[in-house]
Amino acid sequence: MDQGLQSELQKQGVFVTTWDRLVNWGRSNSIWPLQFGLACCAIEMIATAASRYDIARFGSEIFRASPRQADLMIVAGTVTKKMAPQVVRLYNQMAEPKYVISMGACATSGGPFHKGYNVLKGIDRFIPVDVYIPGCPPTPEALLEGLTKLQQKIKGQSFTRAMDEKKGEYPIPAFGTSGLAPRYNPEVWQPPEHPFGSPALQPPTEPGHPPKVGGRGNPVAEGGGTTAP
Amino acid sequence: MLPPLEEVKPSLEQLLPGVSVTVEGTALLVAPKDLTVVCRTLKETERFSLDYLANLTAVDYPADPAAPPVAGSAEGVTGGAGRIEVVYHLYSMTKKHGPVTLKVKLPRANPVVASVTPIWRGAEFQEREAYDLFGVTFERHPDLRRILMWDGFEGYPMRKDYVVEDQDVLEDRPR
Repeated sequence: MDQGLQSELQKQGVFVTTWDRLVNWGRSNSIWPLQFGLACCAIEMIATAASRYDIARFGSEIFRASPRQADLMIVAGTVTKKMAPQVVRLYNQMAEPKYVISMGACATSGGPFHKGYNVLKGIDRFIPVDVYIPGCPPTPEALLEGLTKLQQKIKGQSFTRAMDEKKGEYPIPAFGTSGLAPRYNPEVWQPPEHPFGSPALQPPTEPGHPPKVGGRGNPVAEGGGTTAP
Repeated sequence: MLPPLEEVKPSLEQLLPGVSVTVEGTALLVAPKDLTVVCRTLKETERFSLDYLANLTAVDYPADPAAPPVAGSAEGVTGGAGRIEVVYHLYSMTKKHGPVTLKVKLPRANPVVASVTPIWRGAEFQEREAYDLFGVTFERHPDLRRILMWDGFEGYPMRKDYVVEDQDVLEDRPR
């Protein structure tokens, strides 16, 4: 519609808009986050919700304790491999259309625990992430910035398209012998190319440590056959 | 006040004939077979009264720290097959002194030591953690199973030679 005509009509008290714009205006200003935190980022998230930063100004103050009533998952903190299946399960249970904010270095890449054995190297290996927030932990202002970025994203997409996106359940990883199995969901994440042109990424040879748990705490003698004369 | 370790050692050996302990730095080195009797003496002798086990952990000393094996003598150069040390920190709540550090050296291939859970109940979870992450077996432990990692996890991730499964992204791949 012509901008001039639209403003002329507005002066007469007639508002013309599109269905998508109306719906997106509503849902982008009432994003209900899932109430859960995993580590210190959650403290910043709580501060964001409290009076000093007041996430209610952006319509997201209703942290829901049930995934059925939430449409935003703020992954606030370190996702350990032991916790990751539960996070994916909670995501599956959320109402559609649903969105994910990866808050902080840990949720995005593992952060300072990147080389460890027990931390997932980014929640985007299992569920699709919409907004990444850097920081360790990010300040409340950074979380609000991420939220407004998500609002812009919601306003920019068609509601019916958003419903069709991200439908269905994402596979929940199981506990394997040396970590999660599978290690990532290839439909949402692929290992990046090596920046220095090394050969394609290969899974490391034989993860885990040679002495296996034999029954109840009887480590098999290690180094069998490795000490050549 | 607790006497210095140089005086703890002879008084322990006097109380326990046949037991020999060594002072190593700030710690008392105890033979694995003597651990139970030494711990019980330290707890129950009025003079020590070390009634509180503040910390129990393990340290991994692998056989070959990044050095190429010497030809002809792969063993013995760096102490053979490596060792795992279990470390105990003891305090006294009644006497308000401590800590006393005990160390036990175990062979890395088969680290087995007596559990101190019957002496200090608080050792139970800490011994499970050492078992989980270092593979130290504690004999006569009431419930020895993994505590942090899940059942079915293989290997001991805090050992120096443990290979993490996903060292794949933007990092050096394992050798």
